[in-house]
Amino acid sequence: MEEIIATIRLALRALARNKMRSTLTMLGIIIGVGAVIAMVALGQGAQEQVQQQIAAMGSNMLFVGSGSMNKGGLRMGWGNTQTLVMDDVQAIMRECPAVALAAPGTGTGAQVVFGNDNWGTRINGTAPQYFEIREWAFSEGTPFTQDDVTQAANVAVVGETVRKNLFGAVEPVGQTIRINNLPFKVVGVLIPKGQSAAMGDDQDDTIIIPITTLQKKITGQNWLRYISVSAKSKSASYAAQQQIEALLRDRHKIRPGQDDDFGVRNLADLAGAADAAGSVLTLLLAIVASISLLVGGIGIMNIMLVSVTERTREIGIRMAIGATESDVHRQFLIEAITLSFIGGAIGILLGLLSTFLIPRILGWAVSVSMVALVGAVVFSILVGVFFGFYPARKAARLNPIEALRYE
Amino acid sequence: MANAVTSVAEPATPVSTPTDTVIHVEDVHKYYELGANRVHALRGVTLDILRGEFVAVMGASGSGKSTFMNILGCLDQPSSGRYFLEGTDVSTLNKKQLAAIRNQKIGFVFQGFNLLARTTALENTELPAFYARVSQQERLRRAKAALEMVGLGERMDHFPSQLSGGQQQRVAIARALVNQPAILLADEPTGNLDSRTSVEVMEIFQRLNNERGLTIVLVTHELDIANFAKRAIVFRDGKIKKDDLIANRAIAEKVLKTMPVLED
Repeated sequence: MEEIIATIRLALRALARNKMRSTLTMLGIIIGVGAVIAMVALGQGAQEQVQQQIAAMGSNMLFVGSGSMNKGGLRMGWGNTQTLVMDDVQAIMRECPAVALAAPGTGTGAQVVFGNDNWGTRINGTAPQYFEIREWAFSEGTPFTQDDVTQAANVAVVGETVRKNLFGAVEPVGQTIRINNLPFKVVGVLIPKGQSAAMGDDQDDTIIIPITTLQKKITGQNWLRYISVSAKSKSASYAAQQQIEALLRDRHKIRPGQDDDFGVRNLADLAGAADAAGSVLTLLLAIVASISLLVGGIGIMNIMLVSVTERTREIGIRMAIGATESDVHRQFLIEAITLSFIGGAIGILLGLLSTFLIPRILGWAVSVSMVALVGAVVFSILVGVFFGFYPARKAARLNPIEALRYE
Repeated sequence: MANAVTSVAEPATPVSTPTDTVIHVEDVHKYYELGANRVHALRGVTLDILRGEFVAVMGASGSGKSTFMNILGCLDQPSSGRYFLEGTDVSTLNKKQLAAIRNQKIGFVFQGFNLLARTTALENTELPAFYARVSQQERLRRAKAALEMVGLGERMDHFPSQLSGGQQQRVAIARALVNQPAILLADEPTGNLDSRTSVEVMEIFQRLNNERGLTIVLVTHELDIANFAKRAIVFRDGKIKKDDLIANRAIAEKVLKTMPVLED
């Protein structure tokens, strides 16, 4: 142990002898390690942000959409069948044990008027359970009630984007807005949810009213575009999906082999896919950064080879007075490791500094992981071992007689 | 060639030699392959050096004396023949064992001093003890004692660049002594020194030889330096040409008194 410490001290002195060269050599490792830490932090930050957005949609959520229709060979795309109806919602609640809540949904675009202002937005009709399923809280007021749905009352809940564009500084709750010339009383304002991770549209640009009101007074249609469902738990969401699919095929009298006239999307799938994409991104960033670490390692090897040549005579002296091959090998290997370790340590500081600055300057999310930090240190030491090995071996294999004669 | 016959007849196991024989060289040959040519550097050298001897090795360049010194110093091995150092057959050892022998039994002093640059006199001196795995305390104690013995007790923290040639050579001598070797091998130790400093170095050698009974082998091509030794061996064409005791040996202490101290 004392021997290793003495050898490290020797290495530090040898490196200090050529400060400029040592610093430049370390720079490769510094940039490499710093880049790995910053890039992994960025990748993981992006990944976590996407996961948070998906969780914001309601973590156990499933989405049943009305399906495509085949009209004499003309396939119409999603949302075109009229077979998804209110009774399906009740049947799902009644017959699917994995389902906690289900809410009907349909929508239409409309121009909304308040005072002298107007705003084009999407009107969604649903039931109060929808807010629970989406885990969507209110910044002001309350949701409409089941009674409002039964009575097809003219009440509305507005999203944050609508509030901003239509009301400005006015307190929305209690105000009356006009949708298709019908007066609606605003009962609540939803907290902002931001962009949806799945669709990328603004989830806050919406007005939500009882589904009965929408169907009877605005669209005149009695079929649904979608049903929002929450499973009893995250793990139950696959069971819920299978139960819903079986139930709806039965209710819609779809024969085996025939295509569904509806589609079930599971948020867990979405989260999984986004997670996989995020991991690929993180890996890609880490690989690109690792290449700079590799280049740094080659720099170390280069300088160590130069150093071995320059110090041939020193090696000869050490061998003549009794240094064994492994003594010389250890000396140069530890020198390379010291170089890469110090570079790695500075690189970590640089990487941490950049993860501190990136969110503040660029506004990107970062997430520093302990694994990346420890990994970077270990990797930088391994770079020293790997790229120091060949020069060290070259030094150890010198012939002492020739090394002593070297000018 | 009676020697060659006896050496072949001898058993392969190391022969125990009398303890007062430090170096026992037996029909040593050395060849070098230089391209297609074979250079025969040593052509059968047989020699005994006893403990406490002070031997000067002389010869023109190409005489084989450098090759012989490399073999004596365990930096090289004979192509054939055997070399016993304090009873150990060195010619059969591997590189690691040779390094240990160099470390423990041989002290080198070179023409070019060969100190490590930017390393203090003390650190240079303790280096062989470092490779001998001696504890730091003991290393320091031995290195200080060795430096004091060569008269550099006051300059332990100096770097080689801050020392004169003679002082650097004295650091090298201290370094050679730090592991209490069996022999001191000095290869042209005065080659880079002026005449007074050369005699000063010889004075140290004679003192070590007289007071401690240290065995010294000194390679030189200068006759007046060789005269400080007790025995002179002359190499020519890879063989020992002459091997005589020196009759009128010079005593460095006396010579120094006759030499003027140079003033700058």
